[in-house]
Amino acid sequence: MSEKSRQHQGGNDQMTGPRERLSRGIQLEEPLIFERSRPGRQGFVLQGSDWDVEPVDSKAEFGELFRSEPADLPEVTEPEVVRHFTRLSQWNYSIDTGFYPLGSCTMKYNPKINEAMARLPGFANLHPYAPDQWCQGALELLWRLERILCAVSGLPACSLQPAAGAQGELTGLMCIHAYHDSRKDYGRRKIIVPDSAHGTNPASAAFNGFSVVEIPSGPDGTLSPKAVAEAMDETVAGLMITNPNTLGIFEKEIAEICKIVHDGGGKVYMDGANMNAILGKARPGDFGIDVMHFNVHKTFSTPHGGGGPGGGPICVSKDLEPYLPVPRIERDVDGDTITYRREFDGHQASVGKVKAFWGNFLVYVRAYTYLREYGKDLPRISELAVLNANYVRAKLGETYSVAYPGRCMHEVVFNDSSFKDLGVSTLDVAKRLIDYGFHPPTIYFPLNVEGALMIEPTETEALRAIDEFIEVMEMIHREAEETPELLKEAPRNAFRRRLDETQAARKPVLTYRQSKESR
Amino acid sequence: MDTPEDFRFSRDHEWAHDEGDGTVTMGISYHAQDALGDIVFVELPAEGDEFQKGDDLGVVESVKTVSDIYAPVSGEIVAINDELEDAPELVNESPYDTGWIVRIRMSNPDELEELMNAEGYESFLHDGE
Repeated sequence: MSEKSRQHQGGNDQMTGPRERLSRGIQLEEPLIFERSRPGRQGFVLQGSDWDVEPVDSKAEFGELFRSEPADLPEVTEPEVVRHFTRLSQWNYSIDTGFYPLGSCTMKYNPKINEAMARLPGFANLHPYAPDQWCQGALELLWRLERILCAVSGLPACSLQPAAGAQGELTGLMCIHAYHDSRKDYGRRKIIVPDSAHGTNPASAAFNGFSVVEIPSGPDGTLSPKAVAEAMDETVAGLMITNPNTLGIFEKEIAEICKIVHDGGGKVYMDGANMNAILGKARPGDFGIDVMHFNVHKTFSTPHGGGGPGGGPICVSKDLEPYLPVPRIERDVDGDTITYRREFDGHQASVGKVKAFWGNFLVYVRAYTYLREYGKDLPRISELAVLNANYVRAKLGETYSVAYPGRCMHEVVFNDSSFKDLGVSTLDVAKRLIDYGFHPPTIYFPLNVEGALMIEPTETEALRAIDEFIEVMEMIHREAEETPELLKEAPRNAFRRRLDETQAARKPVLTYRQSKESR
Repeated sequence: MDTPEDFRFSRDHEWAHDEGDGTVTMGISYHAQDALGDIVFVELPAEGDEFQKGDDLGVVESVKTVSDIYAPVSGEIVAINDELEDAPELVNESPYDTGWIVRIRMSNPDELEELMNAEGYESFLHDGE
């Protein structure tokens, strides 16, 4: 029996790759916790007899608010609760489980010291209404973080309020809006957005009452000054650009592009989602950006992927500083005494408050910890992130087809032209990766690449992990040529096989009642 | 699938069919629905809405992506295919017939001539965009 036919024998675990990559572990089905419920079960015992008090007459106490039937809550024991949530957590895939090359998302390892710092009782138990004199340490941390972000961005002022990147965009555009209004330049109601932009960019512009002018990127994947100049006139409030862009390419003409927008009276917003590629290497303020956001949950390693919480602080130029949200964090120096305070007044032009309290504070404790851990070595992050992505580009470029030629930054985009004619789709390749224990990369994005596969290894992966990934990707390409049905049926080894995404979108089952009825 | 002879096509892969009464029916081409994949939602304009050629008049959402639908000609919406609300798959199954999207009363019928004919569209697809 040949090596290959032996591997193809047997159950669902058909793999052509090394067997040592195959793992099933113990995976347990788990119903909804409501279905675990049995009447009368409970996870606690209150010794009512220990207390010599009259029972409360709830009905009399609550009057008409008293509910006629008890709430339908699950009745379960403590071990059942613990197992329920532990089992669900074991279905999860995370950066602590394995390589997570999800392009555009910067799924780098989150150092555990960040968690330790965020759990310090002085931070974790701090009440958001505590007066300034009781939370000097927290205010100092925020102030210092603002200064670091200003240093990295090359811009003079910062607000930590926005809760994530999209809110940073919204807030930054509000500042641009307020700037033009303050000059009574009311005709500027358009924002230029290149077609390679993140999907949130046009949405943020529209949310601010701007209309969006989309301009195409050139054949090399970057924006040309000419395209910007053609779109620029006195009705344009500004340009939103991502640099490095969504194709993982640095916009080399950025300084010229910013100048064109400035000369036309507009401002330039930069989506900082891809800052991981240029930390300490290029400063947006230096190449002409007026306002940008950081995704601290990406670039500065705070956990994300579960929907948050994130952090999307913005840094702005002198022109836009008056419009930053309040409260601002101020530092007063009186001889040897330094005090920090939240400043609400004295910012009459501010766009107002965009987030409760001080932003996602504990996310910022993590980001600050990370930044202090790296200190002056910050540029090393970008050097390794860019090196790793180019290593993937060079190695995988022999098998797969790179969407845009030339060096990339922190991520690399492939198209489907090397396997499309084999009847295999990008989705099939992504699903097959699951069989080999990898989280799939981002697929079908950016939109201007056919069947895109977008890979971002980040700086935290060792060469060995990247080599394993490359080996598996090459193997999958061989499978696409020789045994494409393995890809069509993937994932074969996963806890759940291929889900019907079309049906899930057309006829979504979103509630417990719907799921009961659909069975 | 054969590209229907008497249809006109835009570079954004919309088709328009002259109904002979000053209106056109429009939808997206076979190529467009094939590139988008399984369509799960179509956002339609309202009857009476007016659009200039090239304006986005709706949105088509597939498992893979979300895409604007551009008006192939200028005019007023006189009918919408509201069956797509419950059955967006019609766009995949029958892009040139039951998967039609809206009917437009043209404000400038000359624009129809600016669109490609079937032969022109096929060579446009073949030579790449």
